[in-house]
Amino acid sequence: MIKKFKPALAAAAVSLALFAQAQPVFAAEEQFFPVIGYRVGPYGANGQSFYGGFIDYLNYVNLKEKGVNGVMMTWEECETEYNNAKGVECYERLKGKAAKSAGPIHNMSTGISYALIDKSAQDKLPMAMMGYGRTDAVDGSVFPYAFPLVTTYQMQASAIVKFIKDKEGGNLAGKKIVYLYHDSAYGKEAIIAMEAEAALNKFTLVQIPVAHPGNEQGAQWLKIRQEKPDFVVFWGWGVMNQTALKAAQKVGFPREKMIGSWWTGSEEDVIPAGDAAKGYMAATWNVAGKQVPLIADIEKVVYGAGKGNLQDKAKIGTILYNRGVSAAVLSVEAIRKGQEKYGKGKALTGEQTRWALENLNITEARLKAIGATDLLPEIKTSCDNHEGSGKVKIQQWDGAKWVPVSGWIEGNKGLIHPLFQASAKQYAKEKGITPRDCSKEK
Amino acid sequence: MNFFFEVLIGGLLSGVMYALVALGFVMIYKASGVFNFAQGAMVYMAALSVVGCIEKGAPLWLAIILAFGIMTLFGIATEKFVLRKLVNQPPIALFMATIGLAFFIEGLAPMIFGSDPRALELGIVDEPIESVLENFNMVISKFDLVAAGVAAVLVTVLALFFQYTRVGRALRAVADDHQAALSIGIPLQHIWAIVWGVAGFVALVAGMMWGARNGVQFALTFTALKALPVLILGGFTSVPGAIVGGLIIGASEKLAEIYIPPVMQDLFGGNFGGIEGWFPYVLALLFLLVRPEGLFGEKHIDRV
Amino acid sequence: MLYREAGQFKTNYAADQQVFPIRQDRIGIIVLLAVAFLGVPMFASAYWFSAILIPFLIFALAALGLNILTGYAGQLSLGSAAFMAVGAYAAYNFQLRIEGIPIIVSFICGGLTAAGVGILFGLPSLRIKGFYLAVATLAAQFFIVWCLTKFPWLSNNSSSGVISTQQLIIFGHELTTPVEKYLLVLSIVVVMAMAAKNLVRSSTGRAWMAVRDMDVAASVIGIKLMPTKLLAFAISSFYCGVAGALYAFCYLGSVEPDGFSLDMSFRILFMIIIGGVGSIMGSFLGAAFILLLPIFLDVALPFFAELFGLPFSSATVSHIQILVFGALIMFFLIVEPHGLARLWQIAKEKLRLWPFPH
Repeated sequence: MIKKFKPALAAAAVSLALFAQAQPVFAAEEQFFPVIGYRVGPYGANGQSFYGGFIDYLNYVNLKEKGVNGVMMTWEECETEYNNAKGVECYERLKGKAAKSAGPIHNMSTGISYALIDKSAQDKLPMAMMGYGRTDAVDGSVFPYAFPLVTTYQMQASAIVKFIKDKEGGNLAGKKIVYLYHDSAYGKEAIIAMEAEAALNKFTLVQIPVAHPGNEQGAQWLKIRQEKPDFVVFWGWGVMNQTALKAAQKVGFPREKMIGSWWTGSEEDVIPAGDAAKGYMAATWNVAGKQVPLIADIEKVVYGAGKGNLQDKAKIGTILYNRGVSAAVLSVEAIRKGQEKYGKGKALTGEQTRWALENLNITEARLKAIGATDLLPEIKTSCDNHEGSGKVKIQQWDGAKWVPVSGWIEGNKGLIHPLFQASAKQYAKEKGITPRDCSKEK
Repeated sequence: MNFFFEVLIGGLLSGVMYALVALGFVMIYKASGVFNFAQGAMVYMAALSVVGCIEKGAPLWLAIILAFGIMTLFGIATEKFVLRKLVNQPPIALFMATIGLAFFIEGLAPMIFGSDPRALELGIVDEPIESVLENFNMVISKFDLVAAGVAAVLVTVLALFFQYTRVGRALRAVADDHQAALSIGIPLQHIWAIVWGVAGFVALVAGMMWGARNGVQFALTFTALKALPVLILGGFTSVPGAIVGGLIIGASEKLAEIYIPPVMQDLFGGNFGGIEGWFPYVLALLFLLVRPEGLFGEKHIDRV
Repeated sequence: MLYREAGQFKTNYAADQQVFPIRQDRIGIIVLLAVAFLGVPMFASAYWFSAILIPFLIFALAALGLNILTGYAGQLSLGSAAFMAVGAYAAYNFQLRIEGIPIIVSFICGGLTAAGVGILFGLPSLRIKGFYLAVATLAAQFFIVWCLTKFPWLSNNSSSGVISTQQLIIFGHELTTPVEKYLLVLSIVVVMAMAAKNLVRSSTGRAWMAVRDMDVAASVIGIKLMPTKLLAFAISSFYCGVAGALYAFCYLGSVEPDGFSLDMSFRILFMIIIGGVGSIMGSFLGAAFILLLPIFLDVALPFFAELFGLPFSSATVSHIQILVFGALIMFFLIVEPHGLARLWQIAKEKLRLWPFPH
C-alpha cells in the first residue's frame, strides 16, 4: 500500500504545501525535511502557525535563492495529532525517505521527542527540539542526535527568575514566587531549576500543579490569593493558559505579576482571554511582528507567488509563526554549514546534518544578512552544548500585540548546565551508552 | 474559615458550570436511553458556531439564533441518519456511535469555522464583586453568578417544558416506556428529533458560558469529562440530579484540591496537587457503592 | 465447498473438544502462523515492523484483554490504557530493581501487578452496572495516571515522570532490530491468544458469559458473582498489563504516564466494537482496522485531493481525516453492529456452500 502510493505521495505532499498543482522541480539535488507535525487536535491551532511558518521559510529559500547552493528544499508532512504513537508511526513512515538526505526533525511535542530520541540516534537522523523535548540532551556527548536548540525549560526558568530579580532591585531574599504548572512532563521539567534558583536567591517557592487539561483553576487561584505571592511563574499549555488569565482576573491578581513560559505567550494564548490578558508577560526566544525584515519579505515573496502555506494570512508575524520561521532558519543555516564541509550543491544526509547542527555559529551579522535581526538570539553550538544560546526575551501583551520589554536574558548556565550533565550521565548508565569524548570532536 | 467559605462558594459556582454540560447528557439519556458521549463535542460545535457567525458579521443575538438553528438541524440529522438506523441495537453500540459522532464533529466544526482559539464576549466581565470583597474579603465572581442564574432559568424552562407542554408529556411517556408510548400513538422518531434539538440548545447555552469563560477552542470538548462524575452522582435520568450533582462535585473538588494535597504531602513527601482530574470520579464511585443508581436515578429492578 | 466439515467424524472426546474442531480451521491457523513467523519477516520492511505490525499486535493483545472483560464478562470498561500503564511501569521497575531478572519474567510480573490493580478497581462492579460502571472505570483511568506522575519512585526519580526502558535481553542476546522485536511480540501474543481462546471455552468462560447475559440468573444457577467478575477483571488487566509492558519495551522505548490517556482507552474500546464484542479473532481484526484506517486516510486523502484538484490545505486534510474516521465508525456500527468478526462468520457460512449455493 505504502509502496504503491509513494510516487503519488511525494507529488501530493508538494502540491498540498503549495495549494496548487505540483510543479516539476528541476534541481538535481534535493534536501528532504521530514515534517512530523500536527494541525488538528487539542493543540492544532498552535501547530498550524508553527508549521505554516516553517514551510513558508523553506519555500522562501527555494523561491528567493533557488535553494541552498542550488539544492532545493523538499518536505513531506505527517499528522501526529500530538499523539505519541502516531508520532512514531509518522517517523517510521518518513524515515525511509530521509535515508538519502535529511534536515532536522521538528515534532513540537515533548512526548513524541522522548519516544523518538533512541530511534533517531539509531537511524542517524538529527532531531531538533526547540524549546521542548528532552532537555538534558544539551549534553551532546550522550545525545549526539538530539538538539534542544536555542534554549531549554530550565534555562528559561532561570532567565525568568533573573528578570524578576532585576525588576525587584537585584534582591529576591524573602520574596515569594508561585510556580503554577501543567501537571505533566512539560510542567515538571522546570521545577528542578526553580528549586535551585530558590535555594540560591533565598526566595520562597510555592509549587501549584494543575491537572490536565486545566480548564478549571478556581481552587489553584484562590490558593494563590491566599499565598499573596510577589510573582507567579506560569507553565501552562493549551486551554490552561486562557483559563489561568481569566481565573487571575476572577480573583483580582494583577496580570503584570504573571510571567509565563514560551508556550503560554502566543497570540493564540491571550486573545481568547480578551481583556483579562492585558499586562501579562511571557518569555520567548523569538519576537513577534512583521517589522522583522525577513517576515515581511516572506509575505511578499512566498505569498506574492501564491505559495503560502497558511490558510489565514493574518497569522503571519504571530509569535508561533515567527517561531516556525526561526526553526526553519536554523535548519537551513545548518544545511548551509554542512554544505561548506561536505560539498556545496550537495544534499546532506542525516549524519552530515547532525555535524552541522553541532557546529552552528549564527552571529548577529549572519542574522542581519538574512534579515532576521533580533528575531532570535545568536547561536553557537558544540558537542557539549547542544543548546547554543540559553537566552530569552520577556514580552508583554498590551491588549493587541506582544511588546518586548527586555533584551536577551541568559539563564544561569553555571547553575543549570551541571543539572543536565548529571541527568544525562544517569541516562547513559541506564542505557549502557558510552559518552563521546567532546574534546576530540571537531 | 473565611477562606473555606470562599473555596466552597467558588466550588459551588463552578459546579453550576458542570451541571450545564451534564444537563445535555441527561436530556438525551432520559428520552432515548442513549449515553451521548458527543455532548462535549456538541458544546464545542455550538460555541464555535456562535463565534463563527459573529466573525462573518452577524450581531450576537443573530449569531445565537443561527447557532441554535445549526445545532437543531444537526441534532435532527444525527437522529435521522445515525440513531434511527441503530434502533434495537445494544446500548453499547449506540454509545460507540456517539463516540464516532464526537470524532465527526471534532473534524467538521473546525473545518467550517476554523480552529483558532477565539474569545466570546457576552458583555459580562469576570471580576470579583467589589462589595463582597470589601466587606467579607471574599472573592465571588460576577460571571459565575450570571452563569448560575442562566442555569436556574434553563432548568426552570426545561422543567416547565417537560411538565406542562404536550411535547413534554410525550417525552416523559417515551422515557418511561418506548413501546407503551408507541402503542398509544406517540410518534417516537418525532419525539427523538425534538430531544436532540433540545440537547443541542442545552449544548449551546453550555458552550456560550464555557466559551466566554475560557475561550472558544477545542478544549471545550473536555467539558464532558467534568460532567461525567456529575452524571453518575446525580443519576443519568434526573434533571435536578444534574444540578445537585454538579454542586456537590464542584464544591468537593475545590475543597479537596485545597485541603487534601497538604495532608498527603505530610504523609509521603512531594507535591500532590492537581487531583481535580480524578477526585470527582473517585468521589462519585464511592457514592455509587452506597447508592448504585445515583442520587436521583430510578431504581433498577432486575427481572429474571 | 471449500469450508465444509462433512465427513470429519469425531471418534473420541479429545477430538470433539479440541480448540479448532474443523480441519480447515486448523490448516488455516497453521498457515497463518507460518506466514506470521516466517513469511512476514522475509518480506516486510522496517516501516511495517516498527510502525504497523508491532503496534498492531500490542493493541490486539490489549483489545483481547478488554474483550475478555467487556465481551465475555459483560463489564464495560473505559480504563484499559491505565492498566497498560501499570503493566509498563511495573515491568520497568521489576527490571530496574531486581538484579538479573529475565525480561519475560518482568513482563509477567508487570501483568500480574496490573491484575492486582484491576481487581481493586473491579470491586465496584459488584454493586454497579452498565454505564455507571463505565464511568466509574474512568476513575481508574485518571487516578492511576495521576499516581504514576506523583510518586517519583515509580519512574526512578525522573524529573519529568518519563521512563526509558532497559535493553531487551533474551538468553543473553540483545534484541535491537524491528524484526527481532516483532518476533518476540508475536510469540507472546500467540501464546496469550491461544490461552484466551481456551479460557473462554472453559467453565470460567461459560460462567462469564452467563454473568454477562443476566447476572441475577447466573447467581441463581449457582455461579458466584464475586469471584467470577473479579477474575474477569484480573485476567483482563493481566492482558492489558502485558500489552502495556510490550508497548513500552518493544514499541516506543520511552513512555510517559500522560501517553496512556483516555484517548487510548477509547481506541482500544473501538477495536473490540469494530472487531466484534465477544470474539477473540474480532480483537485482532478490530485492532488492524482502527490502526490502519487513519494511516490509510493520511496517505489516501492527499492523493485523492490531488487527483480531483481540490484546493485542500494541510489543516483541512487533517480535519477531514478525523471527520471520515468518525463517520466510518458510525457507518460500520449501522451496517454491521456485531463487528468484523460477524462478517467473517457470514463469510464462512457462505463458503460452506460456495460455489454452489443451492
